[in-house]
Amino acid sequence: MQELLEIKKMGRQSIPLEKKVSLVSTATVAGPKESLGPLTDYFDRRNSDNIIKENSFEKAEAHMLEESCFLSLGKVGLTPGDIDFFIAGDLLNQIISANICARKLAIPYFGIYGACSTLTEGMSLGTLLIEGGFAEHVLLGTSSHNSTAERQYRYPTEYGYQPPGYSQQTVTGAGAVVLGAGGKGPAVESITIGKVVDPGITDAFDLGSAMSAAAADTIYQHFMDTQRDPSYYDLILTGDLGAVGSKLTQEALANKKYHISSNYIDCGNLLYHSHQNTNAGGSGCATSALVFLGYIYHRMINNELKKVLLVTTGALHSPTTVMQGESIPAVAHALALEV
Amino acid sequence: MKKLQEEKKEQEYIAAGEQNTGDNEPVIDINWFNKRKDQVHPKPPLYRNIILAFVFGGIVSIIGQLFLDLFIWAGLPEQEAGNPTVAVIIFLAALITGFGVFDRIARIAGAGVAIPVTGFANSVTAMAIEFKREGLVQGTGSKMFTLAGSIIVFGVVTAFVIGLISAII
Repeated sequence: MQELLEIKKMGRQSIPLEKKVSLVSTATVAGPKESLGPLTDYFDRRNSDNIIKENSFEKAEAHMLEESCFLSLGKVGLTPGDIDFFIAGDLLNQIISANICARKLAIPYFGIYGACSTLTEGMSLGTLLIEGGFAEHVLLGTSSHNSTAERQYRYPTEYGYQPPGYSQQTVTGAGAVVLGAGGKGPAVESITIGKVVDPGITDAFDLGSAMSAAAADTIYQHFMDTQRDPSYYDLILTGDLGAVGSKLTQEALANKKYHISSNYIDCGNLLYHSHQNTNAGGSGCATSALVFLGYIYHRMINNELKKVLLVTTGALHSPTTVMQGESIPAVAHALALEV
Repeated sequence: MKKLQEEKKEQEYIAAGEQNTGDNEPVIDINWFNKRKDQVHPKPPLYRNIILAFVFGGIVSIIGQLFLDLFIWAGLPEQEAGNPTVAVIIFLAALITGFGVFDRIARIAGAGVAIPVTGFANSVTAMAIEFKREGLVQGTGSKMFTLAGSIIVFGVVTAFVIGLISAII
């Protein structure tokens, strides 16, 4: 057993893949503010209001997640019965949106919590299930909703206050991706699983800074493990660091002699126009889901981007521990994708 | 009962584990990070905020004054006209919170609408609206004063202390 492990793991934190695990199909469902943003054309469904004819925001979030799951399956002619495992997670307590969605899909289910890093955490686990020969198709879904997350982590939606300039807007939306053994689409080339890093941030508005430490850590480790340098990738994409966090990540890596600024973008900086008043950009599970599964996936399919390093970052705090003065632990997972 | 030696062994395991966790040296230099993050953070536009707070606070006060004059004109004694004036301002703030306008104004006005009684009204109404789907009792009723509760508690405590002092003096 020991020998088998030695062969497959690469460096301290990375796993190269031997089989071809592809992103067969993706689907995205966007909220109203995101639908007015610059990437609106890349979303499959655009909602004009926050509650989507449901009677609560929580139901609306679960509804968007369900829609994105069914859409991603339908695009390649699959049904829930064809899927071996369903992996999902979101930002809410007890990952309730994912659970409600899993109840409807009735696929063997792993509920995961990685905060905003859920996309790559789930894709990593799904990829490993397929790589290990335990599944042919794995469905991954993730969602977040401004009105459900804000009231859990911060203030009620109608409460009037001035958020600091470095705060981020929780993105409303959902995304799903079907991972398949073989098949068409961009393939996962290697995975780097991140450690939990905590630079000591205690301000719950300052998630970008907290997560930037984790992002820098994982990207650095990925380069170390794979012996690559930033120019290997056409694009290095982080999840939801926002304006502040993405700047800190670039500078932290530059301190380590990895200069990524020429081929680096952050999903949180892409989702909104500057006049949409989102301060430092978007955050939440749906940020990377909408940008990567919508926009970047589209560009990879069209061969505009060939090698992409996707790093989604999660701030793993709870409102209770933040109030108690505990600092914010953060994690980032990286997935190298190739067409 | 555990033997002393076993307990000592367990302590050793824990100590060894704590010392030999994975490579916990973060890639970022924490001193650099702490200094740099403060430089990267956008600064709040202080002068703009102060001026806007002054203007909006002034507008709230003018509206209050108009209603006060109205109540006095209607025949209320000057000392008793204050209470219905405050009630009207609270009602107006709650109303525009319900229409979803207050939070937009507050983003610009800041302390100008947060410090007057409007801020208090907004915090109560916002919570009441937010939790109405959890039911009247466990939602609206119990969550309504989550934000405003401390204002009431410390307001009462302060009033009591001041009252006590003024009674002694």
